[in-house]
Amino acid sequence: MNQVLVLFRRELRSYFATPLAYVFIVIFLGMAAVFTFQVGGFFERGQADLQPFFRWHPWLYLVLIPAISMRLWAEERNSGSIELLMTLPLTLWQAVLGKFLAAWCFAGIALLLTFPVWITVNYLGSPDNGAIVAAYLGSLLMAGGFLSIGMCLSAATRNQVIAFITAALVGFVFLLAGFPLVLDFVRGVLPQSIVDAIASLSFFTHFEAISKGVIDLRDLVYFGALIAFWLAATALVLDMKKAE
Amino acid sequence: MITTKNLSKRYGDKLAVDDLTFSVSPGEVLGFLGANGAGKSTTMRMIAGFISPSAGQVSVCGYDIERSPVAAKSCMGYLPEGAPSYGEMTVSEFLDFIADVRGLRGDKRRERRAVVVDRLGLAAVIEQVIETLSKGFRRRVGLAQALIHDPQVLILDEPTDGLDPNQKHEVRRLINELSKDKLVIVSTHILEEVHEVCTRAIIIANGRIVADETPSALEARSRYHHAVSLRFEKPEQLEAARREIALLPEVAQVESDARELRLTAVPKPGANTLAAVSAIITKNNWDVPELHLEAGRLDEVFRTLTQPPGSGVSAAALGAGT
Repeated sequence: MNQVLVLFRRELRSYFATPLAYVFIVIFLGMAAVFTFQVGGFFERGQADLQPFFRWHPWLYLVLIPAISMRLWAEERNSGSIELLMTLPLTLWQAVLGKFLAAWCFAGIALLLTFPVWITVNYLGSPDNGAIVAAYLGSLLMAGGFLSIGMCLSAATRNQVIAFITAALVGFVFLLAGFPLVLDFVRGVLPQSIVDAIASLSFFTHFEAISKGVIDLRDLVYFGALIAFWLAATALVLDMKKAE
Repeated sequence: MITTKNLSKRYGDKLAVDDLTFSVSPGEVLGFLGANGAGKSTTMRMIAGFISPSAGQVSVCGYDIERSPVAAKSCMGYLPEGAPSYGEMTVSEFLDFIADVRGLRGDKRRERRAVVVDRLGLAAVIEQVIETLSKGFRRRVGLAQALIHDPQVLILDEPTDGLDPNQKHEVRRLINELSKDKLVIVSTHILEEVHEVCTRAIIIANGRIVADETPSALEARSRYHHAVSLRFEKPEQLEAARREIALLPEVAQVESDARELRLTAVPKPGANTLAAVSAIITKNNWDVPELHLEAGRLDEVFRTLTQPPGSGVSAAALGAGT
C-alpha cells in the first residue's frame, strides 16, 4: 500500500483518538460563528452572501492553525516516536507529505462543518453558490498555507509552545504583508515594484480575490507554490536535524 | 550483514563515536556494551538510519544506509532506546500500522501478527491503548514492532530494560532463537545478558572499540579467570585458610569476605590454582561446602576497559564493595 496513504490514515486517526480534534472543531466553529454573526454583522448587512463569514478566516487561522501544526513534528521528537517513524522504510518526502495531508484534511473537516452557515444563507436568500464554493476552496488553500508554515517550524523544535508561537508569528507576517495599513506605509518609502512584490506574498491579497468568487490561476499557483516551498523547507530542516 | 567503516559522529566539539570499523554476519549476536554516554545508542541510531554519521559508512544487507535508506531499513527491525511508540493508539492499531508501512499483506500479514502477539504475550492487551500499558508491556510492543516483518537484521537498543526477570528471560530466549539465521545487535549494560545471549561482544568507551571478542575471551581477561572461590562453615577455618592459601606459589592474592565466610584465591597468570587449593583443603581437613572455579568476572573486565586508570571511582574500590 502506498506509504503516504498509510501514514495519512494513522495521523488522521490520531487526531480523533484524543480530545484535540473535538476541542479544536468546537472552538473553530464557535469562533467562526461569533465573528460572522456578532462582529461581521451577517444579518444586519441584509445581503445574501458569506462575506462576513470568510473575511475573518485569515485571523481565525492565524491563531488556530498553529494549534494543529505545532504538534506535527515537535511532539514526535519530544516523545521519541520520531526515531521509530524515521527508521521505518519511508522516504523523508513520504513522511512529510503524509503528515501534512492528514493535518490539512483535518482542517478541511473543521471547515466543512461550517456548512450550516451556508444552509442559512441559502434559506434566507439566493446567494451566488459558485462564489461560495470558490471562497471555501480559497479558505482551504489558505489553511494549507498556514499549516505548511507551522509544520516547518514544528520540525525545527521539540517544544510545542515554541512551535506554536513561531508559527503564529510567521503567519502574521505573511498576513500583514497585504494589509492596506502596511502597504500604505511602505509605499511612501519603497518603489512600487517592491510594494507589489510584498503585497503579492500576502495571504490577504490572494485570499480576498478567491473569497469574492474570482478563481484566478495565479492565486492557485501562489498557494500551491507556497505550500510546496514550506514542505520542502520542512524536509530540509528534518534532514539537517538528522545530521546535526 | 552489517558493516561499518570508519564510522564517526561529532556533536559540536564532542566526538561521540570515533572511527568505528566492524562487521557482523548472520548467525551472530553482537552485544554492544559500554557505560552510559559511551556512544552505544549513537552508533545504533546511525546503523538504523535515524541520524547521519559525520564521517564513514554503514551498510546493512548490502545497502548503504545514507544512499539507499529505504532498502536498508526494509531489511532491518529496530527497537529504539526506551521503545517509543504512538501512545494514543491501541496495540492492535499500532501493529497494523507497522505491518502496513512494512508492506505486509494477506496471509503473511495475519501469520506474522499472530506470531509476534503470541511470542511477546500481547494477546491480553491487544485492544488497550499503549500509553496505559506498563513499561514492560510497552517494551514488548516495541519488540513486536521490530519483529513483525521477520527481518534479517535486528537492532535492539536495551531490549530488556524495565522488564521483570521472567520477561527478561523470555526476551533472551527469543533472541537466542532468532539468532540461528539472523543477525542481531543488542546493546545492554546488563553484563549477565552478554553471556546468555551474545556470541560476540564489543565494548566501547569514549566512542572507541576497546574490546571485540567472544564473551568467554572477555572473561579470560579477568584477573578472576580460573580463580578458585570457596565457602567455609567456621570463621576460624576461614582465617587459617586465608593465611595458608596466600602462601601458595600459584596464588597472586587472596580476597576474603568474613560475613559470607567466602574466600577467593586469585591466580598468578597461567597457574593452576584449583589443584593446589584442593590439596591444601584435604591436607588440613577443612569443612568446605562450596568450591568452584571462576570463569572470570565480566563486570571487572568491563570496569578495567571502560574506566581510565586513576579516574574518579577506582575499580579496586568498587570491587571491594561487590
